[in-house]
Amino acid sequence: MIRTLTLLIALSCIAAPAAAQKGGDAMRGPTAILDEAKPPELGNAENRDLRRKRSYPMQPPTIPHKIDNYQVDLNNNKCLSCHSRRRTEESQAPMVSVTHYMDRDGNFLAEISPRRYFCDACHVVQTEGKPLVENTFQDVDALLSKGRSAQKSGKKK
Amino acid sequence: MIRFVKRFWRVLNSRSRHFTLGFLLSAGFVAGIIFWGGFNTAMELTNTETFCTGCHEMRENVFVELQGTIHFTNRSGVRAKCSDCHVPHNWTHKMARKIQASKEVWGKIFGTISTREKFVEKRLELAHREWARMKANNSLECRNCHEFEYMDFTRQSKRAADMHSTVLAKGEKTCIDCHKGIAHRLPDMAGVE
Repeated sequence: MIRTLTLLIALSCIAAPAAAQKGGDAMRGPTAILDEAKPPELGNAENRDLRRKRSYPMQPPTIPHKIDNYQVDLNNNKCLSCHSRRRTEESQAPMVSVTHYMDRDGNFLAEISPRRYFCDACHVVQTEGKPLVENTFQDVDALLSKGRSAQKSGKKK
Repeated sequence: MIRFVKRFWRVLNSRSRHFTLGFLLSAGFVAGIIFWGGFNTAMELTNTETFCTGCHEMRENVFVELQGTIHFTNRSGVRAKCSDCHVPHNWTHKMARKIQASKEVWGKIFGTISTREKFVEKRLELAHREWARMKANNSLECRNCHEFEYMDFTRQSKRAADMHSTVLAKGEKTCIDCHKGIAHRLPDMAGVE
């Protein structure tokens, strides 16, 4: 028993680095542990100020402009200089949604709720980058119409 | 002491016995150039980045913050150094600002912002002073490079063009009203608009 165990441990010790060498880490890719991976090129954030379609109704809208060096911390929230309730008339920017003024129990607050304060936890800029993995996402409308047409053809039969 | 001053005055007041008027004139002219040039060179020296970052107060707080911003790191390699934004370029105003800035020597000696904590605490007051200065001179230091007359709105993003062609064009707002904290981190902005 002990002999088999030691054999197993010894085997795993040999096998583990080999697995890592093959690129066990999806983020690292096939780069060996001791080599430095070449980082992908940085994309320039789109800055067209055109609102994008949301992929599903609850999706946090993506940011259609650059946010380089926007300070969002304890001292200041740069996003709110335009998107807060008081500033939208001046800026003509969309106001942060009312849900952001609610605490977790659904009570409305006068200010942005602390749990919604860090905008870029959900809202992000977009670049022209190529997707790293294939995206098979289907819009819910597409799924519904597919379902409906399947139903119809089923009835016909 | 008084006797010395009197004697000095007598020498100054006496007529030149050895030098010609022409020599005195030209020597005075050359000396004037040297002194004036030297004065301005020394003044320019206090406008360099090396001079500003010579003290740890600037080097470890505001200078570090500047380094990540567009005014320090950018694609075209144009850089704004401290004095480009904080010292007027025109001579008279520069002199006035330099005289005001002599208070910073006092601050340095007595360690007004000698630690990070002291700096953070005093930061809002310092920032207010700069904002007020920029507001009063219609953001002159911004406009030394970003001249409104030269702006091409079609090359700006839509929201930038919208703002610049309305409130800035009408003079309702000046650069610093919207562009606070572009080169340094902002202090607690509660109550500041």
